[in-house]
Amino acid sequence: MSIQLGNRQKQYQQFLKGRQPSRPFFRNSIRAFLAGGTTCLLGQGIQELFVHFFHMSEKMAGNPTVAILIMISALLTGLGVYDIFSQWAGAGSAVPVTGFANAITSAALEHKTEGYVVGIGSNMFKIAGPVIVFGVVAAFFVGLARYIILHI
Amino acid sequence: MLIGQQTWEFPSRPRVLGTGTAVGEKEGTGPLGKEFDLVFTDPYLGQESFEKAERKLLEQAQEKAVQKAGVTMEDVDFSVSGDLLPHLISANFAARTNGQPMLGIYSACATSMQAVALSALLVDSQAARYALASTSSHNSTAERIFRYPTEYGAQKPPTAHCTVTGAGSALIGNGTTGPTIRYATLGKVIDLGVKSPWEMGAAMAPAATDTIVAHLRDTGLCVEDYDFIATGDLARVGHPIARELLLRQHVDLGDRFSDCGILMYHADQPEVFSGGSGSACCACVTFAHLLRKLQAGKWKRILVVATGALLSTISAQQSETIPCIAHAVTFEAETVS
Repeated sequence: MSIQLGNRQKQYQQFLKGRQPSRPFFRNSIRAFLAGGTTCLLGQGIQELFVHFFHMSEKMAGNPTVAILIMISALLTGLGVYDIFSQWAGAGSAVPVTGFANAITSAALEHKTEGYVVGIGSNMFKIAGPVIVFGVVAAFFVGLARYIILHI
Repeated sequence: MLIGQQTWEFPSRPRVLGTGTAVGEKEGTGPLGKEFDLVFTDPYLGQESFEKAERKLLEQAQEKAVQKAGVTMEDVDFSVSGDLLPHLISANFAARTNGQPMLGIYSACATSMQAVALSALLVDSQAARYALASTSSHNSTAERIFRYPTEYGAQKPPTAHCTVTGAGSALIGNGTTGPTIRYATLGKVIDLGVKSPWEMGAAMAPAATDTIVAHLRDTGLCVEDYDFIATGDLARVGHPIARELLLRQHVDLGDRFSDCGILMYHADQPEVFSGGSGSACCACVTFAHLLRKLQAGKWKRILVVATGALLSTISAQQSETIPCIAHAVTFEAETVS
């Protein structure tokens, strides 16, 4: 790239400052807090149901609670509602387990036209894959650090 | 005929003999909804996939254009067509259906005016009697290629665009009625360093202004010679930027300047963000709305500057900046000689 073009690019980037609307940071934060909080409240409610009606311990009720949230999210994704909710809620819809479920379901839905194996099978984790990869990598290093601290 | 540095003048004045536009539901409920030939409320158009739906839109628009021109598909000598999908599957597969010789072209959302310019050149140089210029885009196929799966919940910023679901087609030939095509100014690839695919308006504005300035320079026309100048899909964010860039070069377009991405949707329509984009945006607004105003005698001469962002998913992921292009075509009412 020529120096002249580089300079023009710098000038234009300078010119653009303040000429494009930025993301409404404050509004997005409030909405994320409300939506994320409500999702967690819903999860808490489901967990309480398992504890009261199925006589599970709180720890035991954790897994079926997550499963139900995942199912709700997958269903809402399939019905075409979750992306609309996400546009409103932002990070509030992305952070809880429902966001993860949406990432997998939406990719699976998108690629169902290419068949079960090369379509759904190989594309399902297209968006959620990095979460798993870096989750495992982070867990390894945290585990290693724990081992070093406790045993050395 | 080349005039100036990058403009063609067509001495035989090829005409737009017929146009066809087919759009989706969101476009149908927009301010121009009634002007489109066909509005489909089903995003699948009864097909199994969005890709097939886009193809169907294109086929319908092409058929309509040919039909309105009063000829048949067999009369079309060449189809000049493009879309946003890799390897131009919509354009090429639609050409399989219409069965006529085909030139596939790509300049992203500037494809529409590139197709019109090339078709006019074919007709003007007598390489074709009838050339069919068409282009298509579909919100869901574009989302998949350029962004995320359709149902994935990602929050879009206010600078985002909404890809138009639709297809526009124009039959160009030497007839006796219909708007004429006088000039085409082909744009240079301009890249002023915008990286974010969410900021297409800001990325494409310099390309649009470069082509407009080049057009005025090459043709010797001034702004007042035009009744209306529309850019392709700079939308509500890119449009004022382009206006300001032009003012800095002492080109004041005033209230005759607008943008197809702005005209396509109501400002308060849900999930439209800054406005429409996609290769069908400029094609549908031009063929259905702008040319109609020319034919109705409201305007005598207009300039349509289709703008395209030439990025790919790979180039964006590799943190490349976005090169952009703009192609301009001058349409005139029949009465202007």
